[in-house]
Amino acid sequence: MFPAPSNTVEGVDLAMLIIVAAGVVLLLGITAAMIYFVFKYHRKKGHEPKDIHGSVLLEAIWIAIPTLLVLGMFYFGYIGFETIRYVPDDAFIIDVNAKMWEWDFKYENGKDTDTLYVPVNTPIKLEMISLDVNHSLFIPAFRIKEDVIAGFETYLSFTPQQIGSFDIACAEYCGLKHSMMYTKVVVLSKEDFDNWYNEGEDAQQQSVPTGQAGIGQ
Amino acid sequence: MANGTVALEEKSFYEESTNRWNKGILAWIFSTDHKRIGLLYLYGISAFFLVGVLAGILMRLELIAPGKDLFEPQFYNQLFTLHGVIMIFLFIIPGLPAIFGNFFLPIQIGAKDVAFPRLNLLSWWIYVVGAIMALISIVLPDGPLDTGWTFYVPYSVRSGTNISLAIMAAFVLGFSSILTGLNFITTIHRMRAPGMTWFRMPLFGWSMYATAWIQIIATPVVGITILLVVLERYFGIGIFDPTLGGDPILFQHLFWIYSHPAVYIMILPAMGVVSEIIPTFARRTIFGYKAIAMSSLAIAFVGYLVWAHHMFTTGISDTSRIIFSLLTFIVALPSGVKVFNWVATMYKGSIDPKPPFIWVMNFIFLFSIGGLTGLVLGSLATDIHVHDTYFVVAHFHYVMFGGVGTIFFAALYYWFPKMFGRMYNIKTANIAAALYFVAFNMLYFPKFIMGYMGMPRRYYDYLPEFEAMQQISTVGSWLMGITMILIFGSLIYSMKKGKKAHKNPWGGVTLEWHIESPPTLENFHEIPTVKTEPYDFSQLKEMDYESK
Repeated sequence: MFPAPSNTVEGVDLAMLIIVAAGVVLLLGITAAMIYFVFKYHRKKGHEPKDIHGSVLLEAIWIAIPTLLVLGMFYFGYIGFETIRYVPDDAFIIDVNAKMWEWDFKYENGKDTDTLYVPVNTPIKLEMISLDVNHSLFIPAFRIKEDVIAGFETYLSFTPQQIGSFDIACAEYCGLKHSMMYTKVVVLSKEDFDNWYNEGEDAQQQSVPTGQAGIGQ
Repeated sequence: MANGTVALEEKSFYEESTNRWNKGILAWIFSTDHKRIGLLYLYGISAFFLVGVLAGILMRLELIAPGKDLFEPQFYNQLFTLHGVIMIFLFIIPGLPAIFGNFFLPIQIGAKDVAFPRLNLLSWWIYVVGAIMALISIVLPDGPLDTGWTFYVPYSVRSGTNISLAIMAAFVLGFSSILTGLNFITTIHRMRAPGMTWFRMPLFGWSMYATAWIQIIATPVVGITILLVVLERYFGIGIFDPTLGGDPILFQHLFWIYSHPAVYIMILPAMGVVSEIIPTFARRTIFGYKAIAMSSLAIAFVGYLVWAHHMFTTGISDTSRIIFSLLTFIVALPSGVKVFNWVATMYKGSIDPKPPFIWVMNFIFLFSIGGLTGLVLGSLATDIHVHDTYFVVAHFHYVMFGGVGTIFFAALYYWFPKMFGRMYNIKTANIAAALYFVAFNMLYFPKFIMGYMGMPRRYYDYLPEFEAMQQISTVGSWLMGITMILIFGSLIYSMKKGKKAHKNPWGGVTLEWHIESPPTLENFHEIPTVKTEPYDFSQLKEMDYESK
């Protein structure tokens, strides 16, 4: 088994599984009861309807049990969220600038790319800011996103666990080419990353802006 | 005029005007009769609904294959914005309260009209003015707005399209909503018939009461927010625009402080209709009357405290995310209580699944999916992943269309004979309900899967891995289009040509089933004195109803 692409995946998938499982049980229960009653108490069968005004006990039960269920769901969502938001002290910091409609990743040594390169098994912290409207950096394979806002910095933290290349999408509507604001996060082995990170100026990808910044300005 | 003349008593409200014009359009558009006003809303709102459906079908057509199929990206962006704005502001927010609330709330509580009939007419006119403003914003030179229905800044401050006029339309429409709410609250407090105590009021009245309070309290917030955006666009004050020192997140807080409670403006009246339809067709009293009534108030109250769950990824503090997540789970509980009580109302009933009941069954299934997937969005870890993806789109279509939209049709099928005095074809209505169920799930269920796979919303183009599911959804949209033609076609036909309906075709016992179909101008020959609980079917023996 391959490890999940990032440390954030497991908590999200677990919370999802629990909520969907409980949801399916409730949905099937409600639907089955409804359909059963419609057949069992169909008017053609000539039952005399019975006025039952309610039951305090039942009301208490179907408030108490769902309360416990949703508190459980809240807990698992909270646990997964804590993993997503946790930033280790030694995290590798990369600055992210978003603008219509491209991403720009700036590394501490001055490297500047439009694709995100990260070393595997290393905690990463993206410090993100927008140069124009709202964007949102979304890595579906890692199950994480955070909006990128003009005026204040937001962050996203993860530890990639699998070598490979994964999509980055913009998830907050940002105008004309919103759906084309895709790039990749490329997870490299530590050696490959060091080679890439330390190679000379000439090999650096220069990020050339191609989009039109702002429409109707 | 409880003791009106005999001649007066026999005319329906269609034949008797409230103003100096006896016939023609002026007798309608200046009428203060709550039933005429309800019908005016019905025609206008249905027309806008169909325009919204058309915009949706066009969007799905563009998404039938990756890349450009029919439209340029800008047109697509305008299309989904129009779809959202029309569906939210012109269809689903006013839909049930303005149409069925107007028509049936006064009748169900034994009143001749709402408390302020002229204000009611003014509300309709404000709706018309708002709708015309929205339409003008589409045709003016700079083009329809392209911001999405949420008008997020800074994009809405920067976009060169007709933002200001379009959002001022939403501002104006807000006043229609506020005034209707004010009218209904006063009506419920002051106009209940003798003996109609609070707990003898039909549950539709309770849901309208909770809705009206949200309309009054929450709507001004969005009005103020819209004014601030317009000021920002013209004067660059720096409230929201970060380049001027403003805070774009402030806009989202203000927007959702209204727009989340607005979700309950939409769904509460639908829940009220469900609480009417199930007892009538199960011919027994509602299970847990007080639990259902109080859960409406609980939803209205807790609904104010959950707005930031729309903002879990916006960089607000982790503490506030955790608090809002917890509150969001709490607001799910009263909705659950309602669903359980509705199903329990079917227990030991005498169920005759006529079309309104079949539509309610559709509702319970679709709304349950919508509600349960809402838990995925309330939970922090999962929301971080599926926020702003198709999962959210699927969720709110299951809640809004599967919930409120389905009940719009259920209410139409339930009260159609009362409103028009004619009956539609039962078989056609059942076929439409079945077709709707298939089309609906085909259209929206794949979006849950696409969302979890990482398909973001408001995308003109998409990655090839989503193609198959996008196509299933698009085919679903065609089926939905056919369903709509079937529903509206058969109902419009039946309005004129349907066979005369019995005054009580379903064997209902709330007050609207005691009066003529269509009702007379003042609804009741004599204001009734209410002696029983709302769903007491023992009175059916003395009532005139169609028993087959």
